[in-house]
Amino acid sequence: MVEFTLNGRKIRSQMSPDTRLLDVLRGEFGLTGPKEGCGEGECGACSVLVDGKLFNSCITPLANVRGKTVVTLEGFRDSEEYKLLEKCFADAGAVQCGFCIPGMIMASEALLLRVPHPTEEEIREGLSGNLCRCTGYNMIINAVQMAAEKGDGLW
Amino acid sequence: MKDISVPVEKKDHRMKMSGRAEYTADMKLPGMLYSSFVRSEVPHALIKDIKLPELPDGYFSVSGSDIPNNHCACITDEQPVFADKEVMFVGEAILLICGPDEKTVKKLCAETEVIYEELPAVVSLDEATEVALGYEYHKGDTETAFNNADKVISETFRTGYQEQAYIETQSAVGVWDKDKGKAILYGSMQCPYYVHSALMHSFELDESHVRVVQEVTGGGFGGKEDFPSLLGCQAVAAARKSGHPVRIILNRREDMSVTTKRHPAILKYDAALDKEGHITGLRADIRMDSGAYPGLTSVVMQRTLLAALGVYKIDNLDVKGRAMTTNLVNNGAYRGFGAPQAFFAIETLMNHIADKLGVSPLSYRQMHFVKQGDETGTGGKFWHHVPIPEMIEKAEEMSDYSRKYAEYARPQSGRYRKGIGMSIFFHGCGFTGSAEKDFIKSKLTLHKYADDRVEILASNTDMGQGLKTTFSKIAAKVLDIPYEQIIIENPDTDRVPNSGPTVASRSLMIDGKLIERAAERLKAIWEPGKEQEIMEQYKEDRECVPWDIEKFHGDAYPTFSWGLNVVELQEDTLTGNTDLLGVWGVYDVGHVIDERIMEGQAQGGILQGIGYGSMEHMEAFKGRIRQNSFTDYMIPTAMDTVNNGIAFIDNLYKDGPFGAKGAGELTLVGAAPAYEAAVEQASGRHFMEIPLTPERILLAE
Repeated sequence: MVEFTLNGRKIRSQMSPDTRLLDVLRGEFGLTGPKEGCGEGECGACSVLVDGKLFNSCITPLANVRGKTVVTLEGFRDSEEYKLLEKCFADAGAVQCGFCIPGMIMASEALLLRVPHPTEEEIREGLSGNLCRCTGYNMIINAVQMAAEKGDGLW
Repeated sequence: MKDISVPVEKKDHRMKMSGRAEYTADMKLPGMLYSSFVRSEVPHALIKDIKLPELPDGYFSVSGSDIPNNHCACITDEQPVFADKEVMFVGEAILLICGPDEKTVKKLCAETEVIYEELPAVVSLDEATEVALGYEYHKGDTETAFNNADKVISETFRTGYQEQAYIETQSAVGVWDKDKGKAILYGSMQCPYYVHSALMHSFELDESHVRVVQEVTGGGFGGKEDFPSLLGCQAVAAARKSGHPVRIILNRREDMSVTTKRHPAILKYDAALDKEGHITGLRADIRMDSGAYPGLTSVVMQRTLLAALGVYKIDNLDVKGRAMTTNLVNNGAYRGFGAPQAFFAIETLMNHIADKLGVSPLSYRQMHFVKQGDETGTGGKFWHHVPIPEMIEKAEEMSDYSRKYAEYARPQSGRYRKGIGMSIFFHGCGFTGSAEKDFIKSKLTLHKYADDRVEILASNTDMGQGLKTTFSKIAAKVLDIPYEQIIIENPDTDRVPNSGPTVASRSLMIDGKLIERAAERLKAIWEPGKEQEIMEQYKEDRECVPWDIEKFHGDAYPTFSWGLNVVELQEDTLTGNTDLLGVWGVYDVGHVIDERIMEGQAQGGILQGIGYGSMEHMEAFKGRIRQNSFTDYMIPTAMDTVNNGIAFIDNLYKDGPFGAKGAGELTLVGAAPAYEAAVEQASGRHFMEIPLTPERILLAE
């Protein structure tokens, strides 16, 4: 049994400690925000925050989050920060098929938590672990830049 | 009143953004079982025996013998749903093992032993001798052109595989409704009615006993055009056998190993030049790897051959293409559909000839551009304005191409050297030939509810390209009602008529026009508070030279979209790595229906094209795809691109809604040759092959 905080609630997972965190989130807790795109830590579709840092949940064993705080898109989407990102992603036209987006949002949040006013280069680097095949990235970069400007003080 | 191209928030934005969109992997049905494939480990063999481990209660295997007609219909039906006697490529499905626990089905698959009697296998395009299919066309008198030529330039180009790399892998859930004897399939797909036809064919059902529902689809790019038909038959076979819903989700390595890809090609060109350097005759002989089963290869190859002479007027032509059968994974649709191979070759050939003649590639192109009224290579006509001159002007303004070209043409020294390249290309809009009229016969419906909301009932799918939004904008604009009043859901074949597949950049131009016409008719009879319905059907009354596939003659397309790319980069001559300095795209897609969506198509298409030209290296070795993960098959990241400059030239097409033409594929087609041209200028060398990886740049003579 592994205890950790998931989206603000203290929970206990019944799954074996070597289970992939992604399977715990999707299977045991029904959180479908994190997606499986590659299963080997290359695409970032499964990104979640662990103690505020970006993790690929597909290569994180459950045991590694014991006592830690895990946030998925479901735990972030009611925040002011999310609402601003949602607006900026719409205004920038940053969403196409959407499959990479939950991970991309968590990566954006992780970046802005660390660097509230990132340069374009810092955004590119911050999102470089998240693959997107539809957009060519630039409209996502613009969206994050826009959010950082408009959200002055939010992060 | 605002122009239709003013952007709106996409219909599915909030749902996708917030993670509430339900993709196939997110579905949960009561009693749903998991599954895993036993696949061929060898490129060609007879199956002598299959030794299954003991299956625990609730676990079962599915094979070809569980399917009334074990052939998957996609143009032809040569490919079995499950290989039963003979395997034709590594990764071909032999069995599906299903049961309640995902780990257990995988374990059971690993424990299954297939005994093969191996047969000779053709594992590369170079050694292939069996022609799967071919086409050719001729124009004028090439023999005389070559006999009288001042110079003949011959070059052979090679292009590799390209993997669509949609981030959501192929996935489907099959259900069997025992009471009704009905097959139901939910999945990630581009073409619900293709899957519908395949299920009818394999399970010998009439159309009312098959239902196909598209789930939110995480990217397609052609990769989900025909493959979902195969996966759909496999999922339904398992559901039918067990009475349980059965889910199939390919893992990434499996997906990259066994799904269709862009056809690798070898393109041999000979150009006859007169004293002034004009191309008076062109011979193109193109070989493509069809894979083990042809699938969509015939139509892909048609598009390759139609693009073989690029945007140039050449009077004497011999164009020939052969698709070769190999014991390799099937190739199929990928954005551009055969054209990227041809445009890479012809655009690179133009650059090389210009270089040999000592003139700039742009001025050399200018000697040959087609214009409105010219004949196409197949005896059709460029009926509409060809805006190449305006596109060049725009590109010059944005990128400063000619000045930079001249600057970088001067001798460069040092480790880092610069280059700039240009490509000009088209996309033949919609299906090749007469398919719309003869086979698709698209139908769609506008249904107005009593609350005056209007639903669009069509089988076209939104896989990220924004179709729900653009379709809705067309209806709302014509009806003069708020965009929010339009409803459009993922297609369900029980509810929507067959408005055709979501391929060939046809949806907006062909079906968007039907929406425009239906909305005009609905507007004319509009009664507030009353339920009303309008059905509209494809009709063709434009002037054209009828297409004849046997003679490969006539108008292959109703019209063309046009594109121009410029790529500027810096090469590190020590490592062969390149840094993009600037990328520009100028496109004529008729009238843009939504500027933001169209910009997204351009941005995404360009980067896929640059990936194709630079880093996306995939090859088969002894019949096996070597790069079958994102670790080995690298697609561009946010660090691998720059802020592209994008512009659109307005060039209204009267048979498209609000003047729109095909758009999605065009944006990929020209990036690879522009990239290659830039590398050539920086490195001072000619290259014949893409992807042009750093290794290839360094190893070249």
